[in-house]
Parts: sequence; C-alpha cells; structure tokens
Amino acid sequence: MELALFLSVGAIAILGAVGVVTLRNAVHSALSLITNMVALAVLFLMLNAQFVAIVQIIVYAGAVMVLFLFVIMLLGEKAQESRERLPGQRVFAIALGALLLAEIIYVAQPNLLPGLPGKATTDMVAQGGNVQLVGRLLLSDYVFPFELTSVLLLVAIVGAVVLAKRKL
Amino acid sequence: MDFVVPTVDLGSIAPALLVLATALLVLVGELFTAPGRKGALAVLALLGVAGATAKSFLLWGQSETAFGGMVALDNYGLFFGLIFLIALGMTVLLSVRYLDQMDMDHGEYYVLLLLATFGMMLMASGTDLIVIFLGLEILSLSLYVLAGFARTDLRAQEAALKYFLLGAFSSGFLLYGAALTYAATGTTNLARIVGFLAQAGVAGNPLLWIAVGLLMVGFGFKVATVPFQMWVPDVYQGAPTPVTAFMSVGAKAAGFAGFLRVFLYAFPALSVDWTWLLAALAVLTMTLGNVVAIAQGDIKRMLAYSSIAHAGYLLVAMASNSQAGVSAVLFYLVAYAFTNLGAFAVVVYLARQGQEALELSDYAGLGSRAPLVALAMTTFMVSLAGVPPTAGFVAKFYLFGAAVEAGLVWLAVIGVLNSVISAYYYLRLIVIMYMREPSALLALAESTVGAIFKI
Repeated sequence: MELALFLSVGAIAILGAVGVVTLRNAVHSALSLITNMVALAVLFLMLNAQFVAIVQIIVYAGAVMVLFLFVIMLLGEKAQESRERLPGQRVFAIALGALLLAEIIYVAQPNLLPGLPGKATTDMVAQGGNVQLVGRLLLSDYVFPFELTSVLLLVAIVGAVVLAKRKL
Repeated sequence: MDFVVPTVDLGSIAPALLVLATALLVLVGELFTAPGRKGALAVLALLGVAGATAKSFLLWGQSETAFGGMVALDNYGLFFGLIFLIALGMTVLLSVRYLDQMDMDHGEYYVLLLLATFGMMLMASGTDLIVIFLGLEILSLSLYVLAGFARTDLRAQEAALKYFLLGAFSSGFLLYGAALTYAATGTTNLARIVGFLAQAGVAGNPLLWIAVGLLMVGFGFKVATVPFQMWVPDVYQGAPTPVTAFMSVGAKAAGFAGFLRVFLYAFPALSVDWTWLLAALAVLTMTLGNVVAIAQGDIKRMLAYSSIAHAGYLLVAMASNSQAGVSAVLFYLVAYAFTNLGAFAVVVYLARQGQEALELSDYAGLGSRAPLVALAMTTFMVSLAGVPPTAGFVAKFYLFGAAVEAGLVWLAVIGVLNSVISAYYYLRLIVIMYMREPSALLALAESTVGAIFKI
C-alpha cells in the first residue's frame, strides 16, 4: 500500500517537474509546478511530517505560485521568449544532469550514508502533535534564531522599500 | 517533550544589541529628518558605534555562552566585533559627504549598514550553525541592497543583481552543509558537534565529509576565495565606494569569523582532510588575485582583486590550523581593515560632484596636487604590499610564520612570492601618483615600473 502510494505520487511529482521545463506556455509550466509541489506535500505527509506538508502547500503551492502567476500575467506570454543560449549549453546541461543523477543513485544505496535519527520520535509526534512539537522547539531551544529571523525580515522590508520605492 | 524556557541572557550579546537598537532608532529618526539633513542620522549611528565599542571593552575577558549555547561571549567574538565596529564607523564617516555628492542621501543607508554589522557580530559570536547562517543572511541581504543603493546607475543594478543571485546560491550551499552536519551528528551546535565527534569518531560517517565540503564552498563564497570569486570585481566596482570599503573589510572579516569558528573549533577531527584543501585554495586565491590585479585599470577593480589575494593570505594561516594561525588571522584583519579602508577613503576623498576618480590615470600627478593625500595613499599601498616597517609587513610575518610553524613551508614560500607580485600593482599606483604628469606618456611610467619589478 505504502509503496504503491509512494510510486504513484512520486511519478506525479516527476511528471510535474518534467512539465515545468518542457511545456511551451508559461502558465502551463506554472500549473505543472503546482502539481509537483502538491505531490511533494503528499510525500511529506507520508513521512509523518504533517506540518511541513501544510507549509509546503500554503507557502509554495499557495503564496509563491500566486506571485509566479502574477509575474507571468503581467509580463504577457511572449515576453519570456529568450533566444539567448550559451553555445553547447544543452549538451553540458544533459551531461552534468546525468552525472548528478548517477551520483544520487549511487548515494541513495541503503546504508551508504547513514544519518542519525532526530530527537523527536514517531511516538512523540503521535502524542504531542507535529505542529506543537515544532512550536515548542521554536520557543524554547531555538528562541534566539527565531527572534533573529524577525531582524532578517526587517532587513528584507527596508531593502524592498529602498530598491522599489520610486521616490525615497 | 518538556517545555524548558531557555536562559535569556541579553547582556552577553549587548554590543550586537546596541548596534541593532541604533539601527531601529535611525530607521525611526529618518522619518523626522528633512531631506538634505540626513547627516544627523550618521551622528546617531556613530554614537551607537561608540556605545557598542565601549560595551565590548567592558565585556572583554568574560567567557560564557547564552541562549542555550546558541551564542558565546568570548574574546574571539568581541575582537571580531571591534573590527566590524571600526569598519562601520569609518564607513559612516566616509559616507556622509559621498552620499551628498552622489545624490543618494537617504537614512536607510545607515540603517542597512548597522543591520549588516549586527549580522556580522552574530556570525562572529554564534556557536550554532543556525545562528551563524542567520547572521550571514542578515549581513548578505543588507549588502545586496547597499550594493544597488545607487538605484539609477546601471552598474550598481548589475552589481546588486549579480551579488544577490550568486550570494543566494552560496547561502544554499552553506545551509545544505549545515543540514547534512545535522544529519551526520544530530546537532547544529558547535560544542555538541565536537562532543559527538570525540565520542563517535569520524569513521563510518561519510555524510560529514560532504557537509564539511559544502560548508567550505559556502564560506569560500563569502570570503571570496578562488574559484568562488567571480562576483567580487563587478560587485566591488558597481557598489558605492564606501559600501565597497565596508564589504571588503567587514564582510570579509565576518566570513572568516564564521569560517574559523566552524572549522577550527567544530571540525578539528577532520582537519587532516580540510587543511590541504584550504592550502590548495590559498595558493589558487593568492595567485589569481595578484596576477589579475596587475591587469586592472580601474582602482576599485584593482582593490577588488587585491582583496581576493588577501583572502588567500588569510587562508594560509587558516590552513596551519593552530592557535598561532588564529592569532595571525586576527592581527592581519586589523591591519588589513585600516589600510584597505584608508585606500578606499582616498578614493572617496577624490570624488567630486556626481563623479569619481576611478581610473588609475586619474591619480597621475597627485603627489604634487595633493601631497598629503598622496602620502597617505602611499602608506596604505606599501602596507598592503607588506613592506617593512608597516603594519602589513608585521601581519604578513605572523601569517607566514604560523604556516612555517605548522610545517607548511612551501605554502609560506608561495605566499611570499605572491607578495612580490602584488608589489607590482601597489607600487605602480605610487609611481603614477609621483612620477607621472597628468596625461603624460604611458610608456615612461611603464618602463619605470618594469625596472622596479625586475629588482
């Protein structure tokens, strides 16, 4: 059951990814990117990472994609046609892509790269709930980095205003 | 999982918090200052720098960790903090007139400088990969915007975009390295990584090598080592000159602060593998930086390549992986901060309304036009080249001394040879300033320089 689900969702994700780069119409590309992201969210669900799955849908499939579509609609369909290519780019891309794929397949062998399990076990997740665990960690162990991200957002706001405002 | 409220010890990061508070004050103060009077904000920023410096001196000698081991208060972090504050203070001083001349006198400039410094200080005092990463991001994001602060200038736009794209890419490497470190050791805390590696050893944990490699790429980008240096010349050239000065000193020092802390403190168990890699990077970085700098006709590009070369010298000391190496890096960065900021200060000083003196030929005859400025520039160039009795010489002496002590004699020899190459372009500027009339024939100066180079 799990294997069948994984294979079908994985296939959808890959199809979506292929669609992003092969489809001619930019809006179609964006739509297949959403397919890919939703499929990834399902994969996260299967890994017991409900929180990440929901965030994936809200942030990526939701907010980021809306922005993408905005830009595509604003620019119009023809605007992104670009003939500029480095000579031999396609050959290099295919060769390097194949190399990367071979590396990933090699590395994905079981037990070649053993990692450590994290602190939160499946039991804890089942008991306390995924979001609660993340929330507790954010406000206890990781409260300092959590507060730092607010400074980071402040920098982003100031930066966006500086670069985009017509008259400072 | 129990909810443990972490110790909140704001006192141990007080200097950084003072800088952050100043940034917020300047941000609000910007609302209440009329256009053309933004110099008042610079004064406010300088007060913040003075406060943070004083606080750093008060904290000197203390040693503790705060926020559950996320940051440390130690002399290492404080020393780097002082370097950043020096860079910030001098950059603010350089900027007031420059911003006015270039018609971009906006208070946000000082806000971003202060926030960037806040990020740098976190990078230096962070003892957790997440904090170091966030510090780096705060620093980088501010610098991306500052690089494009001259918004209507095409070159500044190119600089900002190029810096942003490549910087975001390199941040990805660093973050991936941190994630794999977590996968391999179960923690992102540097102290706990040390503990884990001491207990479990490094054998049978190949993820560690991938993690260390990715971290090296990420930091290598930030301190601009070859082959991750492509962005440096264009960004340094396109950014406003005081920002370039700030980047070349502050951001480089911050990169090394994180680099040293992570590698020498957390991963000494893998040092057999990364020392020779760093040595190789050092050779490449020094040589490419110095050789390409010779061919530059634009002073900001020349200083950009020279800053790449200096990153190479610093890597030499880092490759020696010793306490002496760390001390040498710290001392070198102080000497480098003053001389490089000084050199950029001269460039800023010579700028006129809406126009800068950037071509090397603009400096012809400076020795007679403005003897004091030329003398200052000469001192800075001589120090950057590392000629005794300047600070640059002493600093290089310590750097290469650390390498020799660690048994890397060949690396020190290459470093010294590179210093000789660098003397060519540093001294060329001096020759241009003193021995060439404005618009004099090129051939004369070239032959003089050639003669010096042969000696």
